[in-house]
Amino acid sequence: MKRYAKYVKPYIHAFILGPLMILVEVVGEVLLPAMMADIINIGAANHDISYIISKGIKMVIIAFLMMGGGIGAAYFAAKAAMHFGRDLRKDLFEKVQKFSFSNIDSFSTGSLVTRLTNDITQMQNVIMMSLRIMLRAPGMMIGAIIMAFRMNASLAVIIMIVAPILAIAIGTIIRIAFPRFEIMQKKLDYLNSNIQEILTNVRVIKSFVRGDYEKERFSDSNEELKNSSLDAFKVVIIQMPIMTLAMNLTVLAVVWFGGNQILKGTMQVGDLTAFTTYITQILMSLMIMAMVLLQSSRAVASSKRIIEVLDTEIDLNDDESGAKESLVKVGKIEFRSVSYRYYKDNHEKVLDDINFTIEAGQTVGIIGSTGSGKTTLVQMIPRLYDVDEGEVLVDGINVKDFSLENLRNGVSMVLQNNVLFSGTIMENLQWGDEKASDEEIRKAASAAQADQFISSFPEGYETELGQGGVNVSGGQKQRLCIARALLKKPKILILDDSTSAVDTATEAKIRECFESELKSTTKLIIAQRISSVMEADLILVMEEGKIVGMGDHEELLSSCGAYQEIYDSQMDRKVGA
Amino acid sequence: MDKDRIERLEKKYKRNAPDAQNFHKGPGPARGPGRGRGPMTVSKPQDVGKTIARLFAYIGKDKWKLVVFLTCIVIYTLANLAGSYMLRPVINNLVYEDGSRTTLFNSLVRMGCIYAVGIVAQYLQSRIIISVSQNALKKLRNDLFAKIEKLPVRFYDTNNHGDIMSRFTNDVDAVGEMLNNTINQLISGTINIVGTLSLMLYTNLYLAVITVVMAPFMIMAGRAVAKRSRKYYKQQQAALGTLNGYIEEMVTGQKVVKVFCHEEIAGEEFAYLNDDLCNKQINAQFFGGIMGPVMGNLSQVSYSLTACIGGILCVIKGFDLGGLTIFVNYSRQFSRPINEISMQVNTIFSALAGAERVFDVMDREPETVDAEDAVAIVEKDGKKYYQVPASNKTYVNLDGTEVKGAVTVEHVTFGYNPDKTILKDISLYAKPGQKIAFVGSTGAGKTTITNLINRFYDIEEGKIYIDGIEIKDIRRNDLRENVAMVLQDTHLFTGTVKENIRYGRLDATDEEVESAARMASAHSFIMRLEHGYDTMLEGDGANLSQGQRQLLNIARAAISKAPILILDEATSSVDTRTEKHIEHGMDRLMASRTTLVIAHRLSTVRNANAIMVLENGEIIERGDHDDLLALRGRYYGLYTGLSELD
Repeated sequence: MKRYAKYVKPYIHAFILGPLMILVEVVGEVLLPAMMADIINIGAANHDISYIISKGIKMVIIAFLMMGGGIGAAYFAAKAAMHFGRDLRKDLFEKVQKFSFSNIDSFSTGSLVTRLTNDITQMQNVIMMSLRIMLRAPGMMIGAIIMAFRMNASLAVIIMIVAPILAIAIGTIIRIAFPRFEIMQKKLDYLNSNIQEILTNVRVIKSFVRGDYEKERFSDSNEELKNSSLDAFKVVIIQMPIMTLAMNLTVLAVVWFGGNQILKGTMQVGDLTAFTTYITQILMSLMIMAMVLLQSSRAVASSKRIIEVLDTEIDLNDDESGAKESLVKVGKIEFRSVSYRYYKDNHEKVLDDINFTIEAGQTVGIIGSTGSGKTTLVQMIPRLYDVDEGEVLVDGINVKDFSLENLRNGVSMVLQNNVLFSGTIMENLQWGDEKASDEEIRKAASAAQADQFISSFPEGYETELGQGGVNVSGGQKQRLCIARALLKKPKILILDDSTSAVDTATEAKIRECFESELKSTTKLIIAQRISSVMEADLILVMEEGKIVGMGDHEELLSSCGAYQEIYDSQMDRKVGA
Repeated sequence: MDKDRIERLEKKYKRNAPDAQNFHKGPGPARGPGRGRGPMTVSKPQDVGKTIARLFAYIGKDKWKLVVFLTCIVIYTLANLAGSYMLRPVINNLVYEDGSRTTLFNSLVRMGCIYAVGIVAQYLQSRIIISVSQNALKKLRNDLFAKIEKLPVRFYDTNNHGDIMSRFTNDVDAVGEMLNNTINQLISGTINIVGTLSLMLYTNLYLAVITVVMAPFMIMAGRAVAKRSRKYYKQQQAALGTLNGYIEEMVTGQKVVKVFCHEEIAGEEFAYLNDDLCNKQINAQFFGGIMGPVMGNLSQVSYSLTACIGGILCVIKGFDLGGLTIFVNYSRQFSRPINEISMQVNTIFSALAGAERVFDVMDREPETVDAEDAVAIVEKDGKKYYQVPASNKTYVNLDGTEVKGAVTVEHVTFGYNPDKTILKDISLYAKPGQKIAFVGSTGAGKTTITNLINRFYDIEEGKIYIDGIEIKDIRRNDLRENVAMVLQDTHLFTGTVKENIRYGRLDATDEEVESAARMASAHSFIMRLEHGYDTMLEGDGANLSQGQRQLLNIARAAISKAPILILDEATSSVDTRTEKHIEHGMDRLMASRTTLVIAHRLSTVRNANAIMVLENGEIIERGDHDDLLALRGRYYGLYTGLSELD
């Protein structure tokens, strides 16, 4: 709770005023029945019309004041809850933004999105609700109890008996129903993921003619959902009749005992009316409090998930970097006995004692089978992960000493699973350099061999890309990503298997442009195809986290077995040439 | 945030705004925002009568249950009204008639009986309606699902998955909400209003006038608030949709954000959207929140007026105190049913709109039904035979012959939309057991050809035959069972590895599963998984690499006994060394089958019996590898890296 204080503080006035305004409503609601009783007991009994009228006018005024209070409370509650949510969401988003790659890996994307959206909304709703009900229900209950006791203590005892019994009954119902709702929710989630799967796999299902099979599976989980919903609802629906029962029994008891008192002359008739009203108020508040409790238990779960993110320790930052002002100026890279484990408690090393030096301006190819550690290796350079042992130096400075921003501005990387964002092509390319001129953008696009196809779109650079770039082909997407990376004008450029969907000829053109236009930039290229790295100044061959071969194409062909094997598997491509 | 950027953001989101509120209805490119998470706009249902009638068919099945349900609502509502009316004689008895404890006791017993009946009826009606509604929802989901499976692939191309999903979830939920709550509240609310009003009129005409005069005020106030609340709620949902979309995108692309040091800019854009949402939320929640206080306190006003005027009436007109007591109770309660009904209006609208969207899917044209005399394919002793009904004169001579898998495509012209042809006059012939390869740029039509063979799409011009039988004359399911496909997008199901491979043939033994996995070179990596073949795959096989998923897909196809095999970029994510390793298995897989291969990597297609080079929907070159090289045309250019594929 303490950690939420900072989100409450700026809007503390709203957090306080909201419930206070509600108090106006509560007080009114408690006073009105008593005034009504006065009208009957004093006004009507004494035939005092002016008394009745003055009471009546007071009542109407109070009713309007109550309305004002209610509206005000709604305003402040909304304001408080929504601002709270906004600030919390902002902090959460910023926290996620600060996440290192390994932090990101430890949460699934879906769960992060849920935390940022649904969980926060859930909390907002509960806060708003509680602000409006926090004082209302207990206030009303206390007020009504006081009034009831003042009016007639012996009758009020009835409520004191019924209310706890009702509270226990409702509590029991909730306790039984809650786990059942959780089961229902699980079944629902399961059913939904079932549907999701069917939708994405529709071609597989159709081509293997598994429609009936899937229908049966669906029907089973649907039946389960129905049964678990019935289980849950069956319990909840008892609540209303029980509530009615409690209310009715109390009314009967009040009328019976009250009636007897009236017959004896120890109670006035008007009080009976007021009394029944108070009973209703007390029992209603009881029920409302139960509902709030139920709602908040969901918010507690949400809050836990949110705090989990907020509490995640960012395992990679530049707080202690020694040379924050240094910029990447040259582009020299050096790995000294670098080792890295993906799972810290697993002794299997993803990178095992890696040593090499790359001079500025060199083109370096990295090749090796899937899972050999190529991607991990290059991700050490912009410090997307931290080494476990050894050190990575850029321009002779340990990457840990740069500020992250300076380091990453100097190192541009095209990721394997690259992502484009919704927006125009222009907006996407501007990620590389927000202030780039149209000419610069066009130039980068040309170098990435993207200008041609972009210009062929009717709207050119203003073409809207769907989320994830769904409306361009895989090869086009990769070229856009390269162009975006080029716009950063990096000293070091890393391409992680980012031309796999581009055909060899286009790829060759891209490489040519690199050679002519990025002479001073150090280029690291991870590739599957030997042709992509053949002409590099230096080729690293990786296998199971180790460098098993280092040299140029000719050298490796004669000395490195793994390289030869890869070459052989692709060689027939070259036969016809 | 500088002004420049704010301007840019405003431009961007204004541009997107109209999009954000549109659902994909009918054909149209399935892209843009609103994937499932999009805003739910409550649109007005179009043909209310028909939709209600159809919905009624779902709940109307248990007629007697509905009758009991309705009776219970009426009983319970009337019991409540009557119970509270009983207070009048009780009080009057106490005040005016110097009543005795016996009369008091007797009236209380009567009240108690009425209450008891009411409570039983209240429980029964809710118990009945939940079982009716849950059964109806189950049936609705089942029907929708059954229908969705029958819809042609084209439906999935033109409809956003998120949107279909939301029909299953949001729309069905909306219907459920209505079935669960609305019907009884509507009925009991109406009875309550009418009953209360009548009792009021009966009890005291003058006082009833107050309520009658107040009622329109309350309704007007309620509508005014509801109108604003709806408007702002819509805006809030749209803003929420936009922000959620942004969050989803940024979190998914988080690694790119980091690589580009884009955190600050992303943070600013987020803050912009977040502020926008906050403002709209405050409006929406405020107007949503004042409905209660406004309505509730208006009825307090009415209560106060009634109390005051009622008191005066007692004095000057001799109105009885018991009457006044129940009257003020009625006027206090009067706003509740009005409130409830007015709140249900929204639920009803969204439920009917939801039902309409569900029925809309159910009314879509399904895949065509097989002709009565369509050719069937049956399996006997591990071999496949054609079975031709005697009424089918065209192919009756083929009855009982074995399926060999010859594929003939004759002058096929096809387009997904009538205004854009993808394939132009394609003809080809594959002898049983041959390997035919397709090479060409993205969009040249390679995948389209294979999609026509297993009738994902029906052709209008030209003909496709298998063993001389036109495919539209073969039962669709039999046809598809005999064409195994390995698709480019690898899709796996939640379940074990074994179950996933067995998907290709449900009755395959464990040994067959393993040998299929071996053939696809998947066995060794499967054995390295935590539980081998019993490892659970979740979320489309998220714990496997793309290459491994492709191998499983190949195994799945290998286990089926289909004589025709289609490989659509089946090994594109497998690295070349592994590909080399699985070559042997693939050769065995293809040996007994007619195979159609689509590949980007030319090394994969080199040994095909024939290679078709496609461009803009036409076959521009055909022949085997050596022929095509000798031709020195497009294929030669591709092979030697002189020209490019897109």
